[in-house]
Amino acid sequence: MGELRKKAQGLAAKPWFRMPRQPMLRHLSYAAVAVVFLYFLTQKLSAFNDYEVGEIAFYVVALAGLTLLTGVNGQISLGHGGFMAVGGFTLALLVEHTKWNVVPELAIAIVTSALVGALIGIPATRLRGPYLAGMTLMVALGLPYLTNQYDSFFGGDQGLTTPQPIGPASINPEQWLAWIQLACALIVLILLGNLLRSRFGRSFRAVRDDEIAASLAGIHVARTKVIAFMVSAGCAGLAGALLALSAGGVNSAEFPLSISIYLLAGMVIGGTGSLMGVWWGAILIVYLPTSWAPSLANHFHVNSQVSANLAVIIFGLVLVVGMLVAPGGIQGALRWVAVRVGAYFSPDGVPNMKLSLQEAPTDRAVHDSESVTQADKPGV
Amino acid sequence: MKRFSLHSARRRARLYATGVVACAVVGTMALTASGPANAASVSTPGVTATSISLGATEPLTGVAANYNDIAPAMKAVFAWANAHGGVNGRQINLTIDDDQYTPSITATMTHQLVLQNNIFADVGSLGTPTQLQVQPYLNGLKVPQLFILSGCNCWSSSKYPYSSGLQTPYTVDGKILGSYVAKNFSGEKVGYFTQDDEFGFDAIKGLNMEIKGSSVVSKQTYVASTAAYVAGLQSQVAALQASGAKVVVLAAIPPFVGLFATTAATLGYTPQLVIDGVAGDPSAIGAPAALTTPAPNGQALLNGAITEAGGAFEDQTSNPWVRVATKLLTKYDSEVAKNGITGDELTGFNLGYLVYQALKAAGKNLTRQGLLNAIAADGKNFANSGFVPYSYSSTVHFGFEGEQLYKMSATATPITLPTGTFMGVTPVGPVYYTSPGAGPVKVWHSAQDKVPASLSSTA
Repeated sequence: MGELRKKAQGLAAKPWFRMPRQPMLRHLSYAAVAVVFLYFLTQKLSAFNDYEVGEIAFYVVALAGLTLLTGVNGQISLGHGGFMAVGGFTLALLVEHTKWNVVPELAIAIVTSALVGALIGIPATRLRGPYLAGMTLMVALGLPYLTNQYDSFFGGDQGLTTPQPIGPASINPEQWLAWIQLACALIVLILLGNLLRSRFGRSFRAVRDDEIAASLAGIHVARTKVIAFMVSAGCAGLAGALLALSAGGVNSAEFPLSISIYLLAGMVIGGTGSLMGVWWGAILIVYLPTSWAPSLANHFHVNSQVSANLAVIIFGLVLVVGMLVAPGGIQGALRWVAVRVGAYFSPDGVPNMKLSLQEAPTDRAVHDSESVTQADKPGV
Repeated sequence: MKRFSLHSARRRARLYATGVVACAVVGTMALTASGPANAASVSTPGVTATSISLGATEPLTGVAANYNDIAPAMKAVFAWANAHGGVNGRQINLTIDDDQYTPSITATMTHQLVLQNNIFADVGSLGTPTQLQVQPYLNGLKVPQLFILSGCNCWSSSKYPYSSGLQTPYTVDGKILGSYVAKNFSGEKVGYFTQDDEFGFDAIKGLNMEIKGSSVVSKQTYVASTAAYVAGLQSQVAALQASGAKVVVLAAIPPFVGLFATTAATLGYTPQLVIDGVAGDPSAIGAPAALTTPAPNGQALLNGAITEAGGAFEDQTSNPWVRVATKLLTKYDSEVAKNGITGDELTGFNLGYLVYQALKAAGKNLTRQGLLNAIAADGKNFANSGFVPYSYSSTVHFGFEGEQLYKMSATATPITLPTGTFMGVTPVGPVYYTSPGAGPVKVWHSAQDKVPASLSSTA
């Protein structure tokens, strides 16, 4: 063991490979690894499992947007199901009335829901905490209901059809759809990752931590909050459009209140504010209600009223226990483990911050101070 | 020197980025090229020389779990068929998945049935919102979505030719009740009490075709949720009472019909009730304990209420269909063997026998299109336990389009419930039939289908 530890310490002292420091490059290389992994995964899996992977992908998109809004900017939203409905219906209307490719349709779905997000975001800047939660709840309840009021336009209860995109004949449709959805998820994660490392990301966090201090530092607080709302709603809209592609159609019943609640719970359990944590949340949202909870219910022979609500009960329990044991969610817990393991193998016995995947604040502080000192050096 | 090093760092970064992207692209392309090409299968999905696999999504748990006894009864009919040589030499395997009456879960479960269980057809799945969710998907893949347990008008549309319903459309329900009201209560003020969704909308569509608009004095609605049930119906009932409506037509689910009756009794409001077939079974209305408790209760108001049903009630043991269903299900459905037959199980029996006849008519060389063609050509002739023949044709994808009117009556043979006995029903007038579109309500003169000898001799 000692031998191994020494060897590892030697390696850690002189790493053969370092992730690039520039955010864009680092995120691109993570994405490249993910592309290869997901490619093999989707090849290996059955068509139905590919469909589920696609579902995970669009929940990742929605959760990433929500974690930016709630985790990074500190605004709570119970209305993301409503923004998903906006995206889904936009895509369906475009499918109905145009002959465009799926890419511009998705883009317009993002823009539309971002605009609706701005509309909601402006009054939201004046609300906080439970009041904001209440207002966004109205979005989740009201927007899908609106589509029922204008049934000649939105197709009434039957809704509108969104045929699954078909790729080359050699690739099965579920795999093709999963690729589209995964590609969107990776692109969203890269872009949001960069955004969080940019001036905007720093303003988001500054506003979250202390609005007065942020405005003293020259940040336009209201504008920052609206921008966060727009970006977040845009992500939800994309997720809704991708969901529509999976489902083959959109109708108001597709975006119940439970979607918004699941999203919030998934985000917290995955790790609030963490873009990597959204994967855990998405996996939970996809598998818990349809697969894990029913098999649990089967195993313990619980009565039918309980078993239908088991997924929600488990979500609630995990939330409560999780907040007590691991406030950083699953991703936070993994990071905690990584830091301890890193400390064990590092030459001086202290955690190696680079290895520990430490969350942004410390990490960014190091980067920022470095860039400042470099810029201050004469001759640069 | 510094300047240069920074410059070169940037160049290195750009090179690195290009490298990463290039590797990813080349890698993906190479792997795609070597990936296994999916061999197109020539045979029909879900059909082998010895078996047919079918699937259904049902609310086995959750808010609509009271319907969870339908699919097992359908499965029992398949067990009977399999024990007698299957259909055209093939055994029927039915996979029942629980969708909890939640559309998003229906979507996942239906994908699982199609992609993983490789089903030949989706049969007898339950619910309007749930089946609407998967209608485009199943039709897109040309997977038959047959005999949906819902009376939505949406199952018979040229846009989705692979779908068909089984229940009497709510608009037909409305037309038949409307024509009765127009004939028997002409000149009376009429009020509506309907569910605030497509069920209520479709029913009103039918009622308005028959009842003069000027005689309708109040239209009240409710939302089908636990919260609304707990909140009560005082304001709706009071509004109907204030409007002076002497006849109230209810297009509501059984618990809300019961609640309406008790609320009206409490407020001293005693209109003639006319109840849509969805709540046509008094045993379903009587199930909540509130109705069987002493006055003021809704029993007195329900006594004499007009309702409708597409077939015999499970307690009409002299009916040959009820007899054969009870016999067969007692043998193949453990729930029926234990607790006796329910109305839902009678529906499940009829559904299972319908699927069996359709598969049989499609012949030895079974294809999805062949099955649809067989239903379009022969569907009208399939034997069923209802009072009218099926309406299936190449253009009509509704099952039943007729109803027998009944009067709920305290003097008829009561129905026994866990909460006590509840009133029975007596038939009123002939069987009526009509289509959901324009067109008159007509009398159906022929008798109920005979139970086929092949069924009665083997059940």
